[in-house]
Amino acid sequence: MQYTKEQILEVLDTVKDPEIPVLSLVDLGVITELIISDTNVVSVTITPTFSGCPAMDTMKKQLEEALLAKGIEHTPVKVSFETPWSSDLLTEKGRAAIKKFGLAPPPMLGNHQPDIDILEQIACPHCDSMNTEMKSMFGPTLCRSLHYCHNCLQAFEQFKPLG
Amino acid sequence: MEALIDLLYKIADDKLILGHRNSEWTGVGPILEEDIAFASMAQDKVGQSKALYDILNSLGEPAPDPNAFLRNAEAFRCCQLVELPIGEYDFSLIRHFLFDAAELLRFDTLRSSSNEPLAQLARKFYGEIKYHNLHAKTWIKKLGNSSEEAIERLQNSLDYAFPYALGIFETSYLEEEIIGRNLFEGEVALKDKWLNAIAEVINQTQLHMPDYLAIAPKFGGRVGEHTEYLQPMIEEMGEVFRLDPSAEW
Repeated sequence: MQYTKEQILEVLDTVKDPEIPVLSLVDLGVITELIISDTNVVSVTITPTFSGCPAMDTMKKQLEEALLAKGIEHTPVKVSFETPWSSDLLTEKGRAAIKKFGLAPPPMLGNHQPDIDILEQIACPHCDSMNTEMKSMFGPTLCRSLHYCHNCLQAFEQFKPLG
Repeated sequence: MEALIDLLYKIADDKLILGHRNSEWTGVGPILEEDIAFASMAQDKVGQSKALYDILNSLGEPAPDPNAFLRNAEAFRCCQLVELPIGEYDFSLIRHFLFDAAELLRFDTLRSSSNEPLAQLARKFYGEIKYHNLHAKTWIKKLGNSSEEAIERLQNSLDYAFPYALGIFETSYLEEEIIGRNLFEGEVALKDKWLNAIAEVINQTQLHMPDYLAIAPKFGGRVGEHTEYLQPMIEEMGEVFRLDPSAEW
């Protein structure tokens, strides 16, 4: 029986971001190509969120393991910069998962690049207040920045916007 | 092909060496946030260099790890600015500001390079470098308008770093080909834009722009002439790798 893209995506959806374990790689938006050949062999291409992301090899391995566990024949997962990742590629489900995890989801950028004004206007993931302040644009992982909420008096992190 | 290889080595080596220097702030930054910032920028730059060494590898050059860890100083094409020791925080901040202003402009134009793999990476790196650039500008504006000591220290570091910073724009013996084949707009055009970009920030502080026309740039890095500081750094950087170059990581 020929697989459908939906079936394969369902399998890939079980693989989570190693640094944000509530977020699937599908919802993260790093799966940039999914091809099912006539002979039912699956080829997956992923792209890094940040070039220096140390989790790429782990992601690759876990995607291959998930396919293998379901007995799905596949080629090695390819890493490519052809379609660059942008934080706008996070799905709605992914954004909700990030927020539930305690991180502020990134604002939508459109064609813009992040600027100080954008980074300072972040809603607190705990109380939704906009009365927040950026403490550092670099955090515990490449994809997070540090913020403080003056309303609920809590520190929080943001999943950084990247264009 | 030779022109492309020359261009790639120059920008990859800049990133690797400054990335490594940035990493030396890990654990010893003046405040926790700056410790994290320099460590994060190190991770970005080393990661970016790896992707550039991958392109070089596809053009017949060594694989990224041996290329990074087994060359001696004279085989590196980085500018001398990036190899200088981290010094005190004021110097590292000034270097970061001067270098990443050039880097943002360089990768802005590389996004339309005629070499598609390089253009793809440039589109990816641009957003990352934007953060480095924002970080530097934020601190230069903050500290450049603060205490007398901060302003004096920054000015001294700016004056010291400036000849080295002008060395970023040392032209290649293949410069005409690099420009002619639309690989890159060239160092002279980049330098002019860079001078405007840094002056715009410096003019918002109590620092003053060095009289760059009267300064002799520190050239040589692009042809393998380096300061005494590069070779020991390279030895430290590759120490573990060289214990067993065939080991699987």
